[in-house]
Amino acid sequence: MAEMWLNMGPQHPMTHGLWNLRVKIDGETIVEAEPVVGYLHRGWEKIAENRMYPQIIPLADRLCYGASMSWEHLYCNTIEDMMELEVPDRAKYIRSIVLEAQRIGSHLMWLAALGTDLGSYTIFLYSVRERELFLDLMQNLCGARLTYNYCRIGGVRNDVPANFERDFDRVLTHFEKKMSGLEALMDQSSVFRMRMEDVGYISGEQARNLGVTGPNLRGSGVEYDVRKDDPYEAYADLDFQVCYENEGDAFARYRVRMDEMYESCKIIRQAIKQMPKGPYRLKPPRTAEKGKSGWAHVEDPRGEGFMYAIGNGTDRPYRLKVRSPIFVTVSAAPVMLVGYKVADVPAIMGSVDMCLGETDR
Amino acid sequence: MAQREGLGPGGKTGEVIAQALIEQFPEYIKIKKATHNRVYAMVDKTAWLKVATYMKDKFEFDHVTAVSGVDWLEEKKMWVVSHITSYSNQVTAEIIVELPRDKPEIDSVSNLWGGANWHERETYDMFGIIFLGHPRMERILTPEGTDYFPYRKDFVGGRRV
Amino acid sequence: MSLYSFAYGLALWICEVIAWIFNTIGASGIGGWLVTPGVVQFLQVIIVALIVFIVGFLVSITFIWQERKILGRLMDRRGTQVGVLGLFQNFADGLKAFIKEIIIPKDVDKWVYDAAPVILIGVSCFMIGLIPWGPDFYLANLSNGVLFVFAAFSIAPFAILIGGWASNNKYTVMGGMRAAGQLISYEVPILLSVASVVILAGSLNFLTIVQQQEDSMWYMFPLILGFVVFLVSLIAEIERIPFDLPEAEAELVEGWMTEYGGMRFGLVMLAEYVRAYVACSVAVLLFLGGWSGPSFVWPEIWFLLKVFILFAIFIWVRGALVRVTTKQILGIGWKRLMPLALVNLGIAIALKMTGVF
Repeated sequence: MAEMWLNMGPQHPMTHGLWNLRVKIDGETIVEAEPVVGYLHRGWEKIAENRMYPQIIPLADRLCYGASMSWEHLYCNTIEDMMELEVPDRAKYIRSIVLEAQRIGSHLMWLAALGTDLGSYTIFLYSVRERELFLDLMQNLCGARLTYNYCRIGGVRNDVPANFERDFDRVLTHFEKKMSGLEALMDQSSVFRMRMEDVGYISGEQARNLGVTGPNLRGSGVEYDVRKDDPYEAYADLDFQVCYENEGDAFARYRVRMDEMYESCKIIRQAIKQMPKGPYRLKPPRTAEKGKSGWAHVEDPRGEGFMYAIGNGTDRPYRLKVRSPIFVTVSAAPVMLVGYKVADVPAIMGSVDMCLGETDR
Repeated sequence: MAQREGLGPGGKTGEVIAQALIEQFPEYIKIKKATHNRVYAMVDKTAWLKVATYMKDKFEFDHVTAVSGVDWLEEKKMWVVSHITSYSNQVTAEIIVELPRDKPEIDSVSNLWGGANWHERETYDMFGIIFLGHPRMERILTPEGTDYFPYRKDFVGGRRV
Repeated sequence: MSLYSFAYGLALWICEVIAWIFNTIGASGIGGWLVTPGVVQFLQVIIVALIVFIVGFLVSITFIWQERKILGRLMDRRGTQVGVLGLFQNFADGLKAFIKEIIIPKDVDKWVYDAAPVILIGVSCFMIGLIPWGPDFYLANLSNGVLFVFAAFSIAPFAILIGGWASNNKYTVMGGMRAAGQLISYEVPILLSVASVVILAGSLNFLTIVQQQEDSMWYMFPLILGFVVFLVSLIAEIERIPFDLPEAEAELVEGWMTEYGGMRFGLVMLAEYVRAYVACSVAVLLFLGGWSGPSFVWPEIWFLLKVFILFAIFIWVRGALVRVTTKQILGIGWKRLMPLALVNLGIAIALKMTGVF
């Protein structure tokens, strides 16, 4: 067959969201690829210019609804940097615990989407079943399962509920036992490995230059993790390892995320033991001076998230810029796709863990 | 095992980098603040590409965190704010380039860092800032045929302002 | 009592009743004609065909129910609950397929588009008649039954290819070609394994093959390699996960079936399960001893039990594995299964020549 452009999307059963991947194929091999985003663009940054600072927190939840605690925490960090606030220690530990639980939840959602892309609904149902436990924990904490509205500028909204340590301990013990079974379903299945190994290769230097961050970068051998290299919250006092793999293919990225889930369990356990007592919130100023700016970057489950804010002199920001990790990784997707077959596209894009809410904002 | 080559404290802190930048480009750079892992600078429009190349070659700034635009309506200028990170030195630099609002053009750094490609496209899409030398200066998030720049301050959209 | 003799008795009874009606109203010529052996035999064959078809059809539908329940339990959920134990779900699905609005895209090639599902379901139902369930329960006992069944099995790639092409859609063409490539390349290991069984049994007739297995031992044991190759190739032939790339939802929506709606889609889905039933039955007949078993229940019951157990294994494989890509499917078929099937054929020849069988 001659070369033709194929539109994989925007209406598509590939579960990641509303985007279009145009691939130029020669028979079954991909010769060129062009991702087209912007179907979900809501003008988030412009909306944020017309809202007061605390009002933007629920708005930040909706950036990536798969990992919303991470985004509202990033926003609070940015405004705290702009207003030069120092958050109390107890709030830092609570935030670290909740962020790691959110990371596990987000990775489980990624695993579910990967399962359906590859054709196995068993993986999907097992991952979602484990994720329900973490959503129950979040519901105990702040009342919501998906968009939490829990972090505040200067701390968190409420202290931890009763039986916090007992519940977390139970969930983590159960989850670690189930994880080995879930991993075996994929690691020991030669069909799964055949599907994911040696596809979607991107080398370390290419990934660094193209701005890929997070597990996608660590799967190619570059050991950069914002939690270790530029610590925020309580991560400087917690002991954990940075997970990485050297191969750079889809299987390596998958392994990095599975290892990260184990590491997150370790971090949560340490943080619960080390959590100090004290206030969990302090009252921030209402306005920020005109021209004062601040920024923060964190390790989102998908990569390096970053926000940059400029104050207005009033209680609304003048400019709020969001850097979404997947926006940049999708621009690097053609490198991962060219040379492989059309049938490999779900495996490759599934291993990248896309979330369209943060890409298009 | 992991090669952390190119990562880890490389010995060049933010102050050292700031000092080197001032020495290299004395009349084009103003350093606002420099700590051990942060550099805040303002760079002249004509020297932006040279400064960027120098930072990349000499101090291994190899990752563009973000390139964003800011529209100052009353002062009649626009900013292009770039945040660039060096993995090996663990320093992040915030570089602001001021542009006149009626002719916002600036050199593109997409050929140095591929990560800046889509950021620059988005800044063009939202503010109208033209990046000279960009391989594909087209709209990315708004639909084709949009003839306004949404994030400019004189564009008022929606009802609740 | 064999099926044919039962049907003869029933046909005779029906003909006598109708002849009595005609006789009492005075048309004794027609009445006399109705009880001639020719007419009774004709009715007998129709009754046998109806019984075999309905029974085989019901078993295929039960396969759908079995799949949903077992797959549900593998995924830690209950499967369909509509009706008693979920058995009503099939009728609900059939009813839904019947009453759906039929949307036909504008530029399809009308004749071929209509013909493709007809060929597929026709050939699949045709195969139901060739499968004997017991020594006396069959529609046709051909002397080369095995060959006939596999010939009918192989018409499916043709129907899929023309169906995908006639839908006038880039994706369905790709799906159709992938399906045709996959199905054709897996015919070879299947036929080689079947050839090894035929060598050991010495005949192409199903009844003879099962009789030979009852005399010696199930052919699964000496030909274990062939059995495994046969099962894997069957999963590829009936297009189940891990080999269901032609209808991979994540990439090509429904593959070659995308543009078929309503009852056409229902027929195609049904054809898939009928083919699955025929495939499992043939595997049981050739390798698992057919209906041999202790004689305290009917041989038909043993046969059905083995078929359901074999299909449960297929469902288990579906629950655990992910889909395989086209290049890998063809690689497995040609590079791994075919050499193993040839080795198996060599084993069968050796066993036959040394007189063990």
